[in-house]
Amino acid sequence: MIIQALAFYVFAAIAIASGVMVVTSRNPVHSVLYLILAFFNAAALFVLIGAEFIAMILIVVYVGAVAVLFLFVVMMLDINFVELRQGFMRYMPIGALIGLVLLAELVFVGGAWTFSGEATQVMLAKTPEIAAVHNTEAIGNLMYTRYVYLFQAAGLVLLVAMIGAIVLTHRQRDGVRKQRIGAQIAVRREDVVEVVKVTKGGGV
Amino acid sequence: MLETLLAHPYLAHPFVAGYVVPTVIIVVQILAIVVPLLVAVAYLTYAERKVIAGMQLRKGPNVVGPFGLLQPLADGLKLFAKETILPAGANKLLFLMAPMLTFILSLIAWAVIPFDQGLVLADINVGVLYLFAISSLGVYGVIMAGWASNSKYAFLGALRSAAQMVSYEVSIGFVIITVLLCVGSLNLTAIVEAQRTIWFAIPLLPMFVIFFVSTLAETNRTPFDLPEGESEIVAGYFVEYSSMAFALFFLGEYANMILMSGMTSILFLGGWLPPLDIAPFNWIPGPIWFFAKISLVLFCFLWVRATFPRYRYDQLMRLGWKVFLPFSLFWVALTAGVLVTFDLLPKA
Repeated sequence: MIIQALAFYVFAAIAIASGVMVVTSRNPVHSVLYLILAFFNAAALFVLIGAEFIAMILIVVYVGAVAVLFLFVVMMLDINFVELRQGFMRYMPIGALIGLVLLAELVFVGGAWTFSGEATQVMLAKTPEIAAVHNTEAIGNLMYTRYVYLFQAAGLVLLVAMIGAIVLTHRQRDGVRKQRIGAQIAVRREDVVEVVKVTKGGGV
Repeated sequence: MLETLLAHPYLAHPFVAGYVVPTVIIVVQILAIVVPLLVAVAYLTYAERKVIAGMQLRKGPNVVGPFGLLQPLADGLKLFAKETILPAGANKLLFLMAPMLTFILSLIAWAVIPFDQGLVLADINVGVLYLFAISSLGVYGVIMAGWASNSKYAFLGALRSAAQMVSYEVSIGFVIITVLLCVGSLNLTAIVEAQRTIWFAIPLLPMFVIFFVSTLAETNRTPFDLPEGESEIVAGYFVEYSSMAFALFFLGEYANMILMSGMTSILFLGGWLPPLDIAPFNWIPGPIWFFAKISLVLFCFLWVRATFPRYRYDQLMRLGWKVFLPFSLFWVALTAGVLVTFDLLPKA
């Protein structure tokens, strides 16, 4: 048991420390790498509470895809660090104000925390045996059976967002030569090869 | 002998029995996987040179040792004796971390690979997701190397690799989902056991082909080796690396090839199962079948390398997004439909 507790504190401490490093490190690429470290430790915490499916999905989706694209973009930024720090004092008051507002909101939320009646019922419900129900199966049952309409609605929202992104970035350019694979494959020998009888000294 | 040793009062102490002994056992198991793996990696490089030489009517390495069998050792020794060069302006920490990361990722995935019934280091519930997660992390070694080198060729290679690996992961994900629909579990042992009647390569043949091609792209192998592209961007992401740092990239790439072959044989070729459960076939133990299947897939990797020219970059993206993605999505829907219609869904 002591090993589990030790592992929890190690992972939690690294997660928080790397979260702090994300916002404080000067080099944005380092920030993204610390973010990845934070994701990893969050995944490890999920494993510790027995939610191995969510842990793996966290790594596949966030570390394996989202953070790669972050890194992709951040690496290509041309950042002048001196210039970046110049406006610091100018924006400091407004930044501090926003930070204070957020902190106050967090404190209010934490102070006025109550569970709804239904949530308390769920919390008091008997937890099924871990050996009997795998959490992959449990999540699947909840998402695709009980909350299927919400799931579909979320999917639709994502679909609309995706179509919107494509429409916004798509532009039709005229006069661009594109490879048309269908046309290439459909070419017959007769269309492209012409056998010409060349007479001596006559040319083609 | 062993019993008397284990009955020693020192070993019976709860701390020793609870933590030290299991740790020692796990370390021994890890070594039992990693050491043969590294030998396999060394001889895969030898096999690659021999196979491609054979296909090009050459002899391949034949000077160091009998049939050139000591060539991988000689290569390793040569790399070991070289100087490690840190380029000026490189980000030193990330520059050195990138090859280590690539190498470590290619090793830790083997923790969940089952070599036979019960012969697996960690038989976790979400084995196939773990493999998928680890293989999707492989891109970080490449990106970090490309960025930390502070060289434009390395950076171009890294960008290509990032786009390529993310694109092909999508279709790999759909292929895995198709297999999972037929199995009803994410456990790798269960996936192999579900293929007792028929290997998934037969009913899911198109997905098998897509998976194989996607693994080529995922491991940056020919014809998708644009991140290296020696004719355009010198050697891509590892152009600034020398000595053991380069060797770690090299070993990692080949270990990844073996891993992907292992994954192909587990998902589609029935893992350790013999092709038919009858007399001459089931005399041969499971791990040998597994080894034979991995070798077969690896041979295809080498065969492809000796046969195909490199893809153009836009063709690579077109194949990933416009051909494999719609087709695998369609096949997921088809498989699910067939399983539900004919009531073939695996019972939990």
